[in-house]
Amino acid sequence: MDRFIYADNAATTRLHPDVLNDMMPYLTEQYGNASSLYGFGQESRIALDQAKATMAECLHCRSDEVFITSGGSEADNWAIKMVAKALAAKGKKHIISTEFEHHAVLHTLNSLKKDGFEITLLPVYENGIVRIEDVKNALREDTALVSVMFANNEIGTIQPIAEIGALCRENGVLFHTDAVQAVGHVPVDFAGMNIDLLSLSAHKFHGPKGVGALIVRKGVRFGNLIDGGAQEKGRRAGTENVAGIVGMASAMKRACNAMESSIPSIAAKRDRLITELTKITHSRLNGDAVTRLPGNVNISFEGIEGESLLLMLDMRGICASSGSACTSGSLDPSHVLLSIGLPHAVAHGSLRLSLSEETTDEDIDVILQEVPVVVDRLRAMSPLWETILKEEQSH
Amino acid sequence: MASVYSEKVMDHFTNPRNVGEIGNAKCGDIMKMYLKVEDDVIVDVKFKTFGCGSAIATSSMATEMIKGKTIQEALTLSNKAVVEALDGLPNHKIHCSVLAEQSIRAAIADYYRRRGIDPEPIVGKTMSDDEIEACHI
Repeated sequence: MDRFIYADNAATTRLHPDVLNDMMPYLTEQYGNASSLYGFGQESRIALDQAKATMAECLHCRSDEVFITSGGSEADNWAIKMVAKALAAKGKKHIISTEFEHHAVLHTLNSLKKDGFEITLLPVYENGIVRIEDVKNALREDTALVSVMFANNEIGTIQPIAEIGALCRENGVLFHTDAVQAVGHVPVDFAGMNIDLLSLSAHKFHGPKGVGALIVRKGVRFGNLIDGGAQEKGRRAGTENVAGIVGMASAMKRACNAMESSIPSIAAKRDRLITELTKITHSRLNGDAVTRLPGNVNISFEGIEGESLLLMLDMRGICASSGSACTSGSLDPSHVLLSIGLPHAVAHGSLRLSLSEETTDEDIDVILQEVPVVVDRLRAMSPLWETILKEEQSH
Repeated sequence: MASVYSEKVMDHFTNPRNVGEIGNAKCGDIMKMYLKVEDDVIVDVKFKTFGCGSAIATSSMATEMIKGKTIQEALTLSNKAVVEALDGLPNHKIHCSVLAEQSIRAAIADYYRRRGIDPEPIVGKTMSDDEIEACHI
């Protein structure tokens, strides 16, 4: 099988060749330590400062609000744990989040629960969108933080971030958003949306793996993540990953500049997939059809199990993802799909296809040709499908 | 290509043996086994499975392993033997092989019940449909 169709860009993306070119000098000749006094080291310092300025421009924040991390999970952990610690000292021990956050947020919140924090997880309803009234009603005197993801990683639904930001600012509550799936894919306006803390990861927008950022509004009090040297204003010590940071900025700039044309072009491919694949009997689109990331398709096929579906697609040269338990090593299907009300069996049969600007119309043709074949094949050997058909006939 | 599964698992997943139906099904919604028994010998066996790659592969391998065997021989088939025949399964997939073993036992118990024989002294206790489903979901 020579064919290779990569439709799992929400998991990770290909490093763009131009981004690699921008990184190369810092992996080869320009290896100076940015903390060194001599000119050779200062070249790296300049590159780092330039990278932060570029990112600040894309995100509408100040460059001194950009703190480098190793990726999205670290940024989420840092934001939530350090802000929680700072505010707990003031007696604020309540955090509001949603049921369908990434595990980097949910598991962090769970660990805070053990430290005496009270966590309110808001529902996201059938369309996979949190309601602003629910956030409002959940706010308390002792609420330290609201953490709502910008866009969901599985079903792609985009949350009312500007509204939540305004509400939190009005009430003097800090607002964190895990924007790992959003940055580089949809416009993100840190200042304009009243965001206090924002997590992002470079490899989700054709940058390198192992680098990300936490954007922290100037004036927000939060603790150090790694004590040591003076890097990141002493908050996250350790010699900087200069090539990675330069790559992250380069990739973000590319993505932001291309967004105006890439969003409609990717969304058209997404909509073609959704329209055609939901024509398969007993299938359903997961998450709101309109308010979703341009590249996200998430469809459940009743009567089949996701891992089998992925294996068969893999054999046909298509890389995709599923919310099935069997793909994750746990026995429970995706908490995201359960949070939008899917029954277990249906959640098991989900398929996530995530596109990028590199996805071609021919790729879509192949996916549309292969998915129905695979679904049919698996249904033919599924006793669950047999039951569904029998129930349908008896009605 | 790199895979979490052995080549044998992938072979039995890609080309599952004995998919289909014969006679009446037994075994819940997740794994259905159909046996055709003549003179105590399982002359044919078919299955239908809802599940992951290893659930399908273990069904396929288990049915291969009991085809042509006597009922007594089939009852000695352990999930471990199925795993070994597949050149191993990832740890978190071992429960799939338990499901296959249990499905065979339940199908044999059903065969005895249909003939008016209490299966428990021969087959032992078999899992209920709910328990078998719980095995998977």
